[in-house]
Amino acid sequence: MPAVQETIDRVRSIDVDQYKYGFFTDIESDKAPKGLNEDIIRFISAKKDEPEWMLEWRLDAYRRWLTMTEPTWARVEYPPIDFNDIYYYSAPKTAAGPKSLDEVDPELLETYEKLGIPLREQEILAGVEPKNRVAVDAVFDSVSVVTTFKEELKKAGVIFCSISEAMREHPELVRKYLGTVVPVTDNFYATLNSAVFTDGSFVYVPEGVRCPMELSTYFRINEQNTGQFERTLIIADKGAYVSYLEGCTAPQRDENQLHAAVVELIALDDAEIKYSTVQNWYPGDSEGKGGIYNFVTKRGDCRGKNSKISWTQVETGSAITWKYPSCILRGDNSRGEFYSIAVSNGCQQIDSGTKMMHLGKNTSSRIISKGISAGRSQNTYRGLVSAHRKASNARNFTQCDSLLIGQDCGAHTVPYIESKNATAVFEHEATTSKISDDQMFYCQQRGLSGEEAVALIVNGFVKDVIQQLPMEFAVEAQKLISISLEGSVG
Amino acid sequence: MLEIKNLHARIADDGAEILRGIDLTVKPGEVHAIMGPNGSGKSTLSYILAGKEDYEVTEGDILFNGESILEMAPEERASAGVFLAFQYPIEIPGVATMTFLKTAMNAQRKARGEEELSTPEFMRRVKDKAGELQVTMDMLKRPLNVGFSGGEKKRAEILQMALLEPSLCVLDETDSGLDIDALRVVADGVNKLRSPERSSIVITHYQRLLDHIVPDVVHVLSKGRIVKTGGKELALELEKNGYAEFVGAAA
Repeated sequence: MPAVQETIDRVRSIDVDQYKYGFFTDIESDKAPKGLNEDIIRFISAKKDEPEWMLEWRLDAYRRWLTMTEPTWARVEYPPIDFNDIYYYSAPKTAAGPKSLDEVDPELLETYEKLGIPLREQEILAGVEPKNRVAVDAVFDSVSVVTTFKEELKKAGVIFCSISEAMREHPELVRKYLGTVVPVTDNFYATLNSAVFTDGSFVYVPEGVRCPMELSTYFRINEQNTGQFERTLIIADKGAYVSYLEGCTAPQRDENQLHAAVVELIALDDAEIKYSTVQNWYPGDSEGKGGIYNFVTKRGDCRGKNSKISWTQVETGSAITWKYPSCILRGDNSRGEFYSIAVSNGCQQIDSGTKMMHLGKNTSSRIISKGISAGRSQNTYRGLVSAHRKASNARNFTQCDSLLIGQDCGAHTVPYIESKNATAVFEHEATTSKISDDQMFYCQQRGLSGEEAVALIVNGFVKDVIQQLPMEFAVEAQKLISISLEGSVG
Repeated sequence: MLEIKNLHARIADDGAEILRGIDLTVKPGEVHAIMGPNGSGKSTLSYILAGKEDYEVTEGDILFNGESILEMAPEERASAGVFLAFQYPIEIPGVATMTFLKTAMNAQRKARGEEELSTPEFMRRVKDKAGELQVTMDMLKRPLNVGFSGGEKKRAEILQMALLEPSLCVLDETDSGLDIDALRVVADGVNKLRSPERSSIVITHYQRLLDHIVPDVVHVLSKGRIVKTGGKELALELEKNGYAEFVGAAA
């Protein structure tokens, strides 16, 4: 039947055709020479006009990193990475410290427009109700190019800027909190990040303040052979609340690119941080060529009592994802949440999950993970729930559901549970299912095409997690999931 | 409306022949009942009309409004006006019945080159039809068919039929699993859809459904062939004497 051939062709052409953010912006950049050594780190630090202690911090990390080896325990495979074949610093030439949007290179603004990210404050003001506004920090390759709504946030006392700027303007805050959740020595990629991180976002919400709008960072890797090493630090002081969203895209390239970020969240007494990610890095073509290696360390510290940190992630991109947004439940009565949708298609490999470390009394955590595998992809959930000796009455509920589409993909669930306290109650539920032929036929009988049927069934499968996303992004996430799975019906 | 000509079909997997030369013509506005013992090929016929891939047509043709539909995908047949009410409606977890209805209606409209329905217009239509079928708002918010009782499932099927306004309705044992009150609600729903432009094929084991949905023509299917055709009185005869006579004749 001709329809079968068409389907095969569509499956072959997935990713390549469908990654609509695969364009490249031709813009002059200022790059450090390829490779990694102490001089490169000095170069980065000097470019950023950093204080001396920061340079020492980086050099310490670098020396430590030299003694470390890459982790191999994840269920992912890739050729060895040549860390000397990467540019560690690339900045759009004209973007050096723009004071306002008018000074930002129009090419850059256009790039973000293509990505559907509004950077012009006026337009946002004209079109959207004030309560739905989103402040954006745009990071292009190694530097933050612009942050919107800064003035307005300042009035509320919220600091939202690039981390480079924070180091200059608010060194006491950066120094107090940087590296306190993910220490310099944490793991191979986090240590590398500590040595070479170039930019990222910084948020500080002062005591008792509820951040008046959603904060958001969009990361874009543009240059060839460039790694992106961003560092994000978010602090919610006592009783503060902030909701933060990050999005990421990259051009389509034949070679792999490294993205090794570190995100640290700190919630003090009664504070709440909600961190959402829509990750759509270039996933590589249908044969597995190209794509981003996404090796990321994200961790939140519920440092104060009654604090809460919630991670929500929608992962559709990257050739390889290695990522475990975690919560340290240190404060008594603190709560951690992890809601995840991980979609893999083509030859993508995902090894992702979370760690909930219960240290304080009456701490609770909830994990809802939905993995969807299609094509020849492999999708692993790996999670740790632990209760330490003093964590009396720790509670966890974990639900891991996997959905398989087609015959050639894999779903794996690797939960670890460690309890050193007899009063802890941990629950774990897991299911694996396939979209059945009967479900497909039923939907098609009602007039849905095969792809519409898959999209509908998958959206039903992930509904619990989609509901956790800020309203503005829920629709976007649903669409993204549908696009990622196009061509998966054989 | 529908012409089935010498239709032979087998299960694609194991090649077992199920339909062995079916001839059936349904004119606009007519309601045909197909009765027959278990394993006679009734459900297979309904699946083949709807385009399920598990079966292979080896001979013959199906013409719908004068054109062969054998090469058409299930969704193309649906948009052209073929609706199958399933004997065992399928669960779609996490998808609210309301969402499913809207997606299906708009998918068919899109395929036919029509505008999508506005939300108020969609809601108006759903409320009208749902009320008639005793489908509550609460049920419309629940995931489609998940945890539905037998009666709820069948009412949801008829609701979909009413909203999608097909020109050919195929009802596969819609009476199974229904108590007498639920049967009446479902039958009333089907009867409301009767019109000079719309035809139905009602597949059933039992006469009792046909007390409520009175057919114009009754066929007896046995071992993949239609062995007897008559008026509505044929159904009563079957109820009295069983299928033995026909099963013997076909063997």
